[in-house]
Amino acid sequence: MLFELTADQEFLRDTTSRFLADQVPPSTLRALRDDPAGYDPGYWRRGAELGWTSLLVGEAQGGGSVSGRALVDATLLAHEFGRHAAPGPFLPCNLVAGALSDAPAGDGASLLGDLLQGTAVAGWCFAEGHPTGHLPDGLTLQIRVEGDEVVVDGVKRPVESAGTASHLLVTGRTGDGLSQVLVPADAPGVTLRPMHSMDLTRRFWVAAFEQVRVPVTAVVGEPGAAGAQVVRQLRQALVLLCAESVGALQAGFELTSEWVFDRYSFGRPLASYQEIKHRFADMKTWLEASNAIADAAAVAVADDADDAAELVSVAKAFVGDYGAELLHDCVQMHGGIGVTFEHDLHLYLRRVTLDRALLGTPPDHRRLVADLLERREDAA
Amino acid sequence: MSPEGVIDDPLAVSAPTTGDGAAEPVEDVGGFRQRAAAWAAANLRPAQQRQLEITLRHKLNEEEELAEIARERELQRMLFDAGFAGVCVPRAYGGQGLTPAHQRALNEAFEGYEFPVWFQVPTLSPCMAVILEFGTEEQKQRHIPAILRGEELWMQLLSEPSGGSDVAGALTTAVRDGDQWILNGSKIWTTGAWWSDWGLCLARTNWDVPKHRGLTVFMLPLRQQGVEIHRIEMLNGNREFCQEFLTDVVVPDTDRVGDVDQGWTVGVRWMFHERMLYDSPLVTFPVGVVRSVGATSLTDLARAVGRQHDPTARELIGEARMLDVVADKLADRIGGGVRSGAVSEQAAAIPRLFKGVSTSRLQTIAFDIAGGAGAAWTEDDGAAAGRGTDFLTRQVSQIGGGTTEMARNVISERLLGMPRERALDRDVPFRDVPRGPSSRPTAGGST
Repeated sequence: MLFELTADQEFLRDTTSRFLADQVPPSTLRALRDDPAGYDPGYWRRGAELGWTSLLVGEAQGGGSVSGRALVDATLLAHEFGRHAAPGPFLPCNLVAGALSDAPAGDGASLLGDLLQGTAVAGWCFAEGHPTGHLPDGLTLQIRVEGDEVVVDGVKRPVESAGTASHLLVTGRTGDGLSQVLVPADAPGVTLRPMHSMDLTRRFWVAAFEQVRVPVTAVVGEPGAAGAQVVRQLRQALVLLCAESVGALQAGFELTSEWVFDRYSFGRPLASYQEIKHRFADMKTWLEASNAIADAAAVAVADDADDAAELVSVAKAFVGDYGAELLHDCVQMHGGIGVTFEHDLHLYLRRVTLDRALLGTPPDHRRLVADLLERREDAA
Repeated sequence: MSPEGVIDDPLAVSAPTTGDGAAEPVEDVGGFRQRAAAWAAANLRPAQQRQLEITLRHKLNEEEELAEIARERELQRMLFDAGFAGVCVPRAYGGQGLTPAHQRALNEAFEGYEFPVWFQVPTLSPCMAVILEFGTEEQKQRHIPAILRGEELWMQLLSEPSGGSDVAGALTTAVRDGDQWILNGSKIWTTGAWWSDWGLCLARTNWDVPKHRGLTVFMLPLRQQGVEIHRIEMLNGNREFCQEFLTDVVVPDTDRVGDVDQGWTVGVRWMFHERMLYDSPLVTFPVGVVRSVGATSLTDLARAVGRQHDPTARELIGEARMLDVVADKLADRIGGGVRSGAVSEQAAAIPRLFKGVSTSRLQTIAFDIAGGAGAAWTEDDGAAAGRGTDFLTRQVSQIGGGTTEMARNVISERLLGMPRERALDRDVPFRDVPRGPSSRPTAGGST
């Protein structure tokens, strides 16, 4: 997170931070372990009142940014979600609300109002379960226009919050282009199968679409012309995942700092051993580097800068790799207690691990970074 | 900001200064950048490849190296005459009295052009930075304009053969003799001392107090009787580093920097400026210049060995680029945090540690991409040639300028507040500090 925030940003962050600390302490997270939705709808509605779903939405539609860089504001909330390993469909609701704000469609306006109030949830059906399923160019789900209807055919996974969503924003292929269409979650031909995940409160489903027909007015934007919007959404998603991971890293790091000062072995605090000190120096460096690259990516995407594509992939690769190392080191420094359910450390480890695997792994993004570098050199 | 509470930090410059306190209208950054770019286009030659990648590979013969230094002096003089030398240095000392933002603009404007590489570090920072901060008015007037005109190249006589990272354990001794001091001892790891003019030297002036309280800083000409300079050959054949032997070198008291026995106050800031390296606003470092093997040249390397489509090579290139980009953003974050006071200056150890480790990793990546050409190569192998030798010197980035272990100590102890390492040299006269196995007490008295 940035070293210096504006007063409005600080207020936004602080309000959510206090709300999460009060509403979803670790004991509540543990209690939600077997809850099918993973969160309480009342909690989500009250959170929406704090601006959880409004930042990426235009002012005319009832949203708005506090700093002029809506995505950067949203990363402040994502950071707090990570820091508290908080429940709730933060990512899909923000992405879908942002998409509907950019290009209204069908029931979009009323859904957008419900998302802003926290009375409805949406899912974004983007990723597919094959090696290129995290890339816009690699999608295979078909969205076909037939007269005044579109037909959706294909399988998406993992889809966050699909089972609690009223609508699904489905991204797929129309000829050579991409389309996005808003499908009611209970439309005929839609099958949702719950998946397992390592996170205690985030829920994912396999969403299968078999000859699902919706009116052509449900297309968000123009059929086959959603490519730029999809790339934008994907970058926003990557930025928010990274910000959330950094928040979780911060929490794990602080927890472990306290531990090494309080824990005595052989008559000395763990923090007095040079081996531990040096590993902390590495962890602190990775933590600051994660903050630096996640923030840089957020600003670049918010400003639609030339290096936005590179920075999001660098951030996703770095935070995924070094973040997981950092938290596993925290586990190691805790010893046995670090791998128990009773201890809180795993709450953050789960969040970072989940975010690392969503929308492209670190190796996937390292290859993307190499592609971008080569393309730039060829152009030069 | 530092524990010693040193003021007048040129790195904290936010408003322009003329040195005499008078406010003057400042050229706006955009206009300055344009003026610099136009001047560069009209006066500078395009950079050569070895000026774009500053590595220990540099191997020139003596004649070529002297010619390069002569050209650098000329370039520095051109910069001075055109009003681009010492952007953040007060005008009273020949600088421009502008801001770090202007220096960054200059770095952008000079992209792709030759620039006086060897003049930047250590002459402008840390040496000139230390004189600016601690020098007397006479010392500043005598040396800073001369440095900015390209007439004085400086070296830091800091490390000693007896202890690399333990700088405060200096054994080089200065003994007072009326109005002058007599220096004896040896310094090491100076870049190009054999073509340099002046040295900034940390010496012990009192052996009867704890080590940090008996040091004093001096300035001395390197070309004088009693200063013997040896060039050191590194394992890859590079000969840029030197070792100096000082024998009864006479230094007038007027060339003392800071108070007697207060050299560590100077030394702490000296090493801070050293850690800032090319991020210092006193240093010109054109955009696009890299200090190590960059990811860009790795794509050339992959092509040279026909591995541009190899997924393993591509992933390694992506990792290298990732490390480069993150290192830059981390330096921006911490540099900004130090300037605004959001974090302590000690945080400079964070980017130092990251860059040290990532630079080593890049050498490993390059070596692995080179494959068989890493083991044996010909002149025709282009970007693949010499990668094996680079790999041999991989650890340099984690040793030079204070080891990464020292950086880890600073981060854990100074930033995270963890207990300090037990030291046997604190609170005892330096004379009594063990300096080798011979002075270690033995339990049974046997050998």
